[in-house]
Amino acid sequence: MSKAVKHSAEKVAPPEPDVPAEPQHPVTPYLRMDRIPHIWCPTCGIGTVVRCFVDALVQSKVDLDKVAICSGIGCTGRVAGYLKLDAFHSTHGRPIPFATGLKMGRPELLVTVFSGDGDLVGIGGNHFIHAARRNMDLLVVLVNNFIYGMTGGQNAPTTPLTARSSTMPFGNFERPFNLPHLAESCGATYVARWTSLHVRRLTKSFREAIRRKGFRFIEVIAPCSTLYARLNKLGDGFSLMQFYHDTAVVKNNADTRETAIDFQQRIICGKFVDEERPTFIDMMHEHYEKVLGDKYVPTPPEGGLLSGPENESSSASGPRKKASKRKSSKKAANKGGGDGAQ
Amino acid sequence: MKAHAAGVLTGEHYLDGDFACGEGAMAAGCRFVAGYPITPSTEVVERIAKRFPMIGGTFIQMEDELASMAAVVGASWTGTKSMTVTSGPGFSLMMENIGLAAMMETPCVVVNVQRGGPSTGLPTMVGQADMMQARWGSHGDYEIIALSPQSPQEAFDLTIEAFNLAEQYRVPVMFMMDECVGHMTEKVVIPKPEDIEIVPRELTDKPPEEYLPYALDDNMIPEFARAGDGYRFHTTGLTHDERGYPVMSPDCQRVSVTRLVDKIRLNAEKIARYEEEQTDGADVVLVTYGITARVARRAIELSRRKGVKVGVIRLVVVWPFPEKLIRELAGKIKAFVVPEINYGQISLEVERCAAGKATTTLVPHMGGGVHNPMDIVNAIMEAAK
Repeated sequence: MSKAVKHSAEKVAPPEPDVPAEPQHPVTPYLRMDRIPHIWCPTCGIGTVVRCFVDALVQSKVDLDKVAICSGIGCTGRVAGYLKLDAFHSTHGRPIPFATGLKMGRPELLVTVFSGDGDLVGIGGNHFIHAARRNMDLLVVLVNNFIYGMTGGQNAPTTPLTARSSTMPFGNFERPFNLPHLAESCGATYVARWTSLHVRRLTKSFREAIRRKGFRFIEVIAPCSTLYARLNKLGDGFSLMQFYHDTAVVKNNADTRETAIDFQQRIICGKFVDEERPTFIDMMHEHYEKVLGDKYVPTPPEGGLLSGPENESSSASGPRKKASKRKSSKKAANKGGGDGAQ
Repeated sequence: MKAHAAGVLTGEHYLDGDFACGEGAMAAGCRFVAGYPITPSTEVVERIAKRFPMIGGTFIQMEDELASMAAVVGASWTGTKSMTVTSGPGFSLMMENIGLAAMMETPCVVVNVQRGGPSTGLPTMVGQADMMQARWGSHGDYEIIALSPQSPQEAFDLTIEAFNLAEQYRVPVMFMMDECVGHMTEKVVIPKPEDIEIVPRELTDKPPEEYLPYALDDNMIPEFARAGDGYRFHTTGLTHDERGYPVMSPDCQRVSVTRLVDKIRLNAEKIARYEEEQTDGADVVLVTYGITARVARRAIELSRRKGVKVGVIRLVVVWPFPEKLIRELAGKIKAFVVPEINYGQISLEVERCAAGKATTTLVPHMGGGVHNPMDIVNAIMEAAK
């Protein structure tokens, strides 16, 4: 890297980390504790979802160095910022294409998208349907609180009919998405929905989805007591949980045409789709191998640039050496090497 | 470092500018391209789509340009050199994530084969009216680097340069072609890989526990770690501190945005690339770039035959603008003449830098074609009076 002219700008002293005292919470090692306290309101459901996700990652014994997490903008968009993983807080609505780039650039990564309903199916709806169509190898977690929380309670593409929001002050008259149905009809290979009360089932779904490939979609209904519940006079945090307890119905394999959510009506939860279909990358490999044969050189699992004789001999860079030593799949060992194949 | 043989199609070719740009990207080590079809740029990705499967690259046609640019930023964070290709309307859609690339300091290349605008404009015909948008089309303060080739050969050579600059300065580089250069077919010589100088993605050698994504040592460009190497770093489009953590304060904003801008501004002279011809003793200096530089050759010849002392500055790197060069020339000459296929963009910069010490004459062309050299001659004759 070029040594540019010296820059005199002073550094900003990082704020003092507010580290909670012992005993340690079990997810502490997986969080950026120097960013805690988080910004979420009391009784918000997002923290619970994060807890379940971390538990599932740990229980699945995945190599956390190989997990990337990508969020958009909004309350759930802050998730990437609190998890101690390679974490990308991207632009509003774009975490899915950003994550697509991460996955294509380094196919060995487990790439997760964590964002809200407004982000993923409002402004980012087009990316959502196309990633599902391609069966892009992404685990997409959508926390649905039925409203735009960060900006103050505006109507979302998930706001149930008649529910109030700050931009539908007389109640919503726009038909909302039925997200499991949307995901399934676009081609998602794993589709589940839980509420933030279903911590064990949600954790199990995360574990399953981590092991699957392709476009995996988990919708988590979570309370927003600051805006959605307040605007709709739904009570305090406890009554919101009580509502999930009383009205959520677990119906695994339910027909997703039946999973639409009406205002304060039953919420059908469960695992609706779990099937194996070749992912975008599988299809690409298979197709190119068929039509190009030995001429096909796939992008190596560890990325498409850093391999190569010049790099390895000339640089003392630790991580790069580690990367080149790392075992790749058989395919890559035979044909990969990308640039360095000659 | 030298180019990898796999991407380099050594030899003499007869290529159009779009194909040459694609070859330049592959020679530069680009191994991820995301794009969305748009005239007159599509041939770049068509070339790449055909060659990538044989050289270890991945091309994906995304659902739109928002997604293309987002995917390019994501892929670059895996260490894979990445590029997208578009024209005016797509360039507008990319602005959001060009800002993200600038904010996250992500090396990448954005090719814009310019056509007539605004809006859908003249899809198949030439323009040079996105030059200001290239500089500041995304919101907020930032600086980028922009290059402008005048021939298919330069489309090849300068695409490599664009990637090298992107790596050196951790910045999105705008490769500002135009429809004429993109669709013009000429001889393109592609050198041997050992004769092509490549700046590789430089990864930090700090261990993860010592690494801060935006810490500075002795220069303005922070060290890079890629996803998947155990650094577990955080990056964001929010104003952030050295750790890559959001800090919502005027102090942090001042420090980080000042550096984003200054890493390019204070290095402007190092980044500058231009051709200077007969400016010593000139009365009039023509400032030109892209296809217009080719058209201007005729005008320069004709004016010199008429006895006018005409010098030429051909901008190869347009942004950052060579302020010092123009400022110094302004004190020595009568006038600058700036022909461009727009209603005045780079001419404004020339005028600003000339600061009244020399006059600046814009020779506009509203797009859809190139200048009649006589229009430029007339402007030169008038300016020389």
